[in-house]
Amino acid sequence: MRHIISILLENEAGALSRVSGLFSARGYNIESLTVAPTEEPSLSRMTIVTSGSGDVIEQITKQLNKLVEVVKVVDLFEAPHIERELMLIKVRASAKDRDDMKRMSDIFRGRIIDVSEDTYTIELTGTGQKLDAFIEALGRTVILETARTGACGISRGQRVLRI
Amino acid sequence: MELSGAEILIKCLQAEKVEYVFGYPGGAVLFIYDELFKQNKVKHVLVRHEQGATHAADGYSRSSRKVGVALVTSGPGVTNAVTGIATAYMDSIPMVIISGQVPTHAIGLDAFQECDAVGITRPCVKHNFLVKDVKDLALTMKKAFYLATTGRPGPVLVDVPKDVTVAKCKFEYPDTISMRSYNPVVKGHSGQIKKAAQLLLEAKRPMIYAGGGVILSDAAPQLTKLVRMLGFPCTNTLMGLGGFPATDKHFVGMLGMHGTYEANMAMQHCDVLVAIGARFDDRVIGDPAHFGQVPRKIIHIDIDPSSISKRVKVDVPIVGHVPDVLDDLIQLIEAGKQRPEAKAISAWWDQIKQWKTKDCLRYDRKSKIIKPQFVLEKLYEITKGDAIITSDVGQHQMWAAQFYKFDKPRRWINSGGLGTMGFGLPAAMGAQMANPDASVVCVTGEASFQMCIQELSTCKQYRLPIKVVNLNNRYMGMVRQWQQFFHGNRYSESYMDALPDFVKLAESYGHVGIRIEKPGDVESALKEAFKRKDELVFMDFMTDQTENVYPMVGGGKGLTEMILAEEL
Ligand SMILES: Cc1cc2nc3c(=O)[nH]c(=O)nc-3n(C[C@H](O)[C@H](O)[C@H](O)COP(=O)(O)OP(=O)(O)OC[C@H]3O[C@@H](n4cnc5c(N)ncnc54)[C@H](O)[C@@H]3O)c2cc1C
Ligand SMILES: Cc1ncc(C[n+]2csc(CCOP(=O)(O)OP(=O)(O)O)c2C)c(N)n1
Ligand SMILES: [Mg+2]
Repeated sequence: MRHIISILLENEAGALSRVSGLFSARGYNIESLTVAPTEEPSLSRMTIVTSGSGDVIEQITKQLNKLVEVVKVVDLFEAPHIERELMLIKVRASAKDRDDMKRMSDIFRGRIIDVSEDTYTIELTGTGQKLDAFIEALGRTVILETARTGACGISRGQRVLRI
Repeated sequence: MELSGAEILIKCLQAEKVEYVFGYPGGAVLFIYDELFKQNKVKHVLVRHEQGATHAADGYSRSSRKVGVALVTSGPGVTNAVTGIATAYMDSIPMVIISGQVPTHAIGLDAFQECDAVGITRPCVKHNFLVKDVKDLALTMKKAFYLATTGRPGPVLVDVPKDVTVAKCKFEYPDTISMRSYNPVVKGHSGQIKKAAQLLLEAKRPMIYAGGGVILSDAAPQLTKLVRMLGFPCTNTLMGLGGFPATDKHFVGMLGMHGTYEANMAMQHCDVLVAIGARFDDRVIGDPAHFGQVPRKIIHIDIDPSSISKRVKVDVPIVGHVPDVLDDLIQLIEAGKQRPEAKAISAWWDQIKQWKTKDCLRYDRKSKIIKPQFVLEKLYEITKGDAIITSDVGQHQMWAAQFYKFDKPRRWINSGGLGTMGFGLPAAMGAQMANPDASVVCVTGEASFQMCIQELSTCKQYRLPIKVVNLNNRYMGMVRQWQQFFHGNRYSESYMDALPDFVKLAESYGHVGIRIEKPGDVESALKEAFKRKDELVFMDFMTDQTENVYPMVGGGKGLTEMILAEEL
């Protein structure tokens, strides 16, 4: 099953490679991994989307907690949560396709953030599924380039991940 | 006053009361060696290969409960050390390894003898650091010792660029340290301990399975007390030997791939199992699915949550430091009125005694060729069970584990998790350094010994009177055994051709060598060797080439699917 694991870790050189090294050394899946410093600059927050049986996810959390630089780990799937991903997508938009493309972007609540003679660059956020659906709806032939951040997530309500 | 990085490093070692550093010099560590030279508190032991330095530091630690320290240069110095670091990591041995690095400005430029030490060792250390600023050096060293020794112990590497050893700053060494991201649990959860006590007292077929965690945490007294108080059978893993006295009537021998028949049967058929500082290794329980066929309740005490429910699901997990948890458990049981179910326990012992009648460690005592088991029995007798035994990897290792009865912890020193051939001799050096008055014996095989044979020279330099027991079967016996059992007797590359004359070899290093070819000479040779108190004696026992280690659970087989000597 798919899980989103959020990690608070020391914002230090090498911490990222410890986490990614752990996943490859132990054969755990990584669907996506994102990381950035938090409002407390000495800490980074990492979000990993992974999949595996309950036992595997339990081992992943334990192994992550064991890393010396990891301060806290939560499996967001343990409680209600919100998940978002950002995609920047550059599409073909020559004169005759422009209106169609704009409409499509509006339907998915995208924003056109860059325009050139033949292209649009659209910014879209949502769940991974929504982004997939947008790509599907456009069709491969018009897509020139995509850049996705991978998912990041947060628990709903009172639950917080902080030290 | 400002000190150089090299001076600071030595001051840190002094502050940690480090007696010995096992190492080998090179360009990147020259300033550190210079500072070593100028003082006499920290003694340096010059090995002949960096693998030897790490194994020696490891043997020093295992035999003394202190931190083992090694010092190596950048590039090949570090890569040579990796085997020893990985060996310590797999067996959770507290070590600090200091490696030299090219100057910070040269890092990443493929400089001479540059290697990404932090990257290369990352998967086989508890933690590692690259010190980029001399101001961080003392604190990093403090963290390294703290991390190595607390929680589940392990090796920590500190990589120090050459310019950092030259740069200066004020030296301050903190007395204590805390890290927000690292807080190992010590005290066991009282509710869980209560549950465990209840299960134990209701058990009809209990089994206590104790491992390396008991040795690492010095919990042998508590374990012994618990077992005797309950009157339950106890087994040790290869890493746990000596954690419970082998001559005690409650001891059923080692378990696992080469464990005793009775230990493996009891492990499989018990109804309540307590695992104490043991990690359900594949060499211990065999196929987990087969092990899971019999329903039983499992209590697991371990300081590392990731050891719990990793290979086998447990019912009562207790995260904590073994001695503390056992103290609580013992207290709880003593305070209560309930006692173990005497009738059921005695019936269980009857069953175990019946399994014991298989006499699974039996071997041909009338053989005209030296049987390796016989050598070890004699070694046990002559040393009165009181020697520190280090071992290499192979059949000889298993026979040593089976036939030398360890009554005390930290007397049995071997590479269990990584199974590193070449470990025995350097580990013996470390053990002898830590225990100058003890008899230290290295049980080895002719193949393993050649992997770190160069350390015979170190033994001469430091006058280490180690006794080497070479069980020379002219085969990589353990490999040959698998080939005999599972590969149709095709002995592919497991024969040791062109062996050196070990006697002459020992002599050329300035030691004493003895070759023993007849069973009748075994005892006298051992006696002669131990009489030579100040000399290293290499005993080359020409043993039966075809002897196998029994019982044996084949790879991937169930724990009770044992191959016994009588079946062949
Ligand atoms: C040729 C060969 C054959 C082998 N055959 C066998 C065999 O037949 N039988 C056998 O048993 N092994 C055998 N082994 C060894 C095997 O590979 C493992 O190394 C060994 O079984 C592991 O022992 P252990 O479970 O005691 O764990 P260890 O590796 O000793 O681990 C210790 C455990 O204790 C925990 N711990 C550490 N400190 C504390 C503390 N303070 N408090 C609480 N817990 C703590 C750790 O977290 C860890 O889980 C063999 C090895 C070789 C090379
Ligand atoms: C460094 C290393 N390489 C290979 C192995 C695989 N291996 C395990 S036991 C063994 C043979 C050991 O032979 P020897 O030292 O003569 O001991 P014996 O089994 O004959 O007692 C080998 C090659 C290992 N454990 N370590
Ligand atoms: Mg051999």
